[in-house]
Amino acid sequence: MKGNRRHLPTVAWLALMAPVALALWAAGSGLESLLVPYYFRIILLSGIAVIAAVSLNIVNGFTGQFSIGHAGFMLVGAYASAGITMFARPFTESVLRSAHVPDVMLMPLQFAAAIAVAALAASIVGLLVGLPSLRLRGDYLAIATLGFGEGIRAIFVTVDAVGGASGLHNIPPLTSFVWVFLGVVGVIITARNLAASTHGRALFAIREDELAAQAVGIDTFRYKVLAFLISAAWAGVAGALLAHLDLGIDPRSYSFMKSVEIVVMVVLGGLGSVTGSVIAAVGLTWLPEILRPVAEYRMVFYSALLVLLMLLRPRGLFGRKELGLADLLGKKKTVPNANRKEGG
Amino acid sequence: MLDIQDVEVYYGAIQALYAINVSVQEGEIVTLIGANGAGKSTTLRTISGLVRPRRGRVRFMDKDISGLPPHEVVRLGISQSPEGRRVFSNLSVFENLEMGAYVRSDPEGMASDLEQVFGLFPRLRERAKQGAGTLSGGEQQMLAIGRALMSRPKLLLLDEPSLGLAPFLVREIFGIITDIRSKGTTVLLVEQNARQALSIADRGYVLETGQVLISDTAEELLASEMIQKAYLGE
Amino acid sequence: MLGSIYALIALGYTMVYGVLRLINFAHGDVYMVGAFIGLYAWRYLGLPSEEGQAQVVSTAGLLLMMLIAMVGAAALGVLIERVAYRPLRRAPRLTALITAIGVSMLLEYGGQLVFGTTKQDYPWLAGTVPSSIGSAAGGSSGISIDRVDVIILVIAVLLVVVLQIIVHGTRPGKAMRAVAFDREAASLMGINTDTIIALTFIVGSAFAGAAGVLVGVRNHYVEPLMGLTAGIKAFVAAVVGGIGSIPGAALGGLIMGLSEEAVRAFYPELADAVVFGVLILILVLRPCGLIGSQTAEKV
Repeated sequence: MKGNRRHLPTVAWLALMAPVALALWAAGSGLESLLVPYYFRIILLSGIAVIAAVSLNIVNGFTGQFSIGHAGFMLVGAYASAGITMFARPFTESVLRSAHVPDVMLMPLQFAAAIAVAALAASIVGLLVGLPSLRLRGDYLAIATLGFGEGIRAIFVTVDAVGGASGLHNIPPLTSFVWVFLGVVGVIITARNLAASTHGRALFAIREDELAAQAVGIDTFRYKVLAFLISAAWAGVAGALLAHLDLGIDPRSYSFMKSVEIVVMVVLGGLGSVTGSVIAAVGLTWLPEILRPVAEYRMVFYSALLVLLMLLRPRGLFGRKELGLADLLGKKKTVPNANRKEGG
Repeated sequence: MLDIQDVEVYYGAIQALYAINVSVQEGEIVTLIGANGAGKSTTLRTISGLVRPRRGRVRFMDKDISGLPPHEVVRLGISQSPEGRRVFSNLSVFENLEMGAYVRSDPEGMASDLEQVFGLFPRLRERAKQGAGTLSGGEQQMLAIGRALMSRPKLLLLDEPSLGLAPFLVREIFGIITDIRSKGTTVLLVEQNARQALSIADRGYVLETGQVLISDTAEELLASEMIQKAYLGE
Repeated sequence: MLGSIYALIALGYTMVYGVLRLINFAHGDVYMVGAFIGLYAWRYLGLPSEEGQAQVVSTAGLLLMMLIAMVGAAALGVLIERVAYRPLRRAPRLTALITAIGVSMLLEYGGQLVFGTTKQDYPWLAGTVPSSIGSAAGGSSGISIDRVDVIILVIAVLLVVVLQIIVHGTRPGKAMRAVAFDREAASLMGINTDTIIALTFIVGSAFAGAAGVLVGVRNHYVEPLMGLTAGIKAFVAAVVGGIGSIPGAALGGLIMGLSEEAVRAFYPELADAVVFGVLILILVLRPCGLIGSQTAEKV
């Protein structure tokens, strides 16, 4: 497996994080004051899209399982995090105060807790959904996840305590550049480390040939559930960030079409390519904004462009390749070929 | 009748056939023998148009047919009974035979060919209304051959007709292949069961890793010491 | 009967899935376009209307609307297949799926451009006009709604019977089944598989077009996004029945429609949740659907 040496171990990353986060916070607030709020918002939306796309790639790209219910997990994360920052706020604040936490740290700590709870809640739901549905294969799994995504939305819409069909409002504005950046870095590290680990190789084996993977002793079901959990957890994070950027949750915007958008990012970028997902997520978030001058035609352009791209690049922009610094500097590297011998 | 000239075939980056030359004369039974992956099925698939040769030509009755889509190859008079039978399990036996005659529009001729097929394989007549999926392996093989005959081909391509069949059925099938030839259909037979194939064939080609190793009359091949060692298990 | 509408749309999903193993996401939007074609045909061609009632279409007029919508939808379906799906025949299946989603979005946004974003009134079917709107007095609205449902059901049943006859009794129909089972083997029979696939799109799309007109006269409005939810539900119906199976799609459509209407009567907000709950339940208990066969999923 290529690239192990190119990545820092996770611990080193964490040690680097603190000063980097500070610098980022400064950079982020600098950026925020520099840019028109409109553009700043799109930057944050791009980051959230990256988190969603890269995490979905773990299931769809790495493991070869086809899930189209990612927005459902985002919705779970959104509600769970809002639960912490809105409803549980008096409680968490009193706990933090009694621990003599300085006032400036109150909100960030609560938001961190909210994001963690969002990830946890989404992964629990992921487990509940994954256990029955991951026994299904191919299109049937896709349909089960579709059904789940729509079903969970339908359930939230009926619960009046969380606002029913009109959704939640007045969520505190906690999503900032730093949080989104940390999320993006976190999900990419998760995906890259997973890809380089034994677990990752088990996932690839399932993607290439599930029966063969089973035959060599891989507990394919367990690994599929694992991939599903990790993926759902990060979707929850994306949902939490989105809710605290939108300052509300409109269940309608977490519909099947949202899930589809994320799938499109993953496939367009190239199934299994993390860099591909990142670039496609950012590109597809900006595209409608770039097309804004053509006003009412923009979504028509958007969809036509999507069809055209798929026709011209049937394997996605990047296939399964990763784009690294070496490529940018023009060095050629060979990617191990997964061609299987075909009988004659 | 059929001339394969310097045909090269690739699957993606992998080359499957290296400049293959095979010819079949009208009225012959010609067999391609060789190990798994030698390129036998690929040769048949190339003739039928399922794969396109990257180089070389396939000529049939003095017409270049390389690159024609499969359904047009059938119209010219070449039909194939593919490896693994591949009968339409969701259709009845009768409907499978109807599909075999898909390119034809002469009801009388089709009816008489149906009688011929039922004559060769009486078991199919008994099961005509049954789903093809309910047939035994041997019956499915008969259906696959019968189905290929229904287009009244000039050249019949048979891919591993003995695969997975009990010995007595293998003998029956090979007997029927001889019958088919005696009724005027030329046969190109791909087999792993080299002895049986050579015993009914006029000529044979031995393929190895995508190349023609030897070609000769069936008697010579059966008698050749080298062939006996490598392919006849002696 | 919502169920018969779902059933008609589900047939197209199931047939296309049968021959291409492709979830044709654009199918729900073909149904929408069919509904609009019917509407414009009625508006501009002066189709037979009930005397003195500009907003009411006679039964003969309805059948003509359906016919025109079916032809238009079939043309659209075959165009989509030709331009967007045929070039991807050998591409990974997910690519074709994303393309289908792209085509679906294109039709939805394009539809909003062409038809406008608001709901448009659809004519009433003669004899189904509630007294408050039509000029004829008397008759409770409950009975008149039943009448339109009965007509829809009858038409749907007739269409399904016609389809069964096509698929089991004609050569192209049998070829369709052969292609669905094994495309390569079918091509070795001399079947032009591209033609048969195009034919499948023609038939499936025509049925969607018919469903579009029927839902129009039932709900009395159409809008460019109507294909979205109806499409998803019809697709779910196809899966519930066993995707690839024609009777399965019809049955699945009826079950979906009935369960949705039943739940909606008591807990309107829960209708969708229940529908998708039923889906997951059936998938887990019977992974191949109610009438599904064990199609070999490539593993």
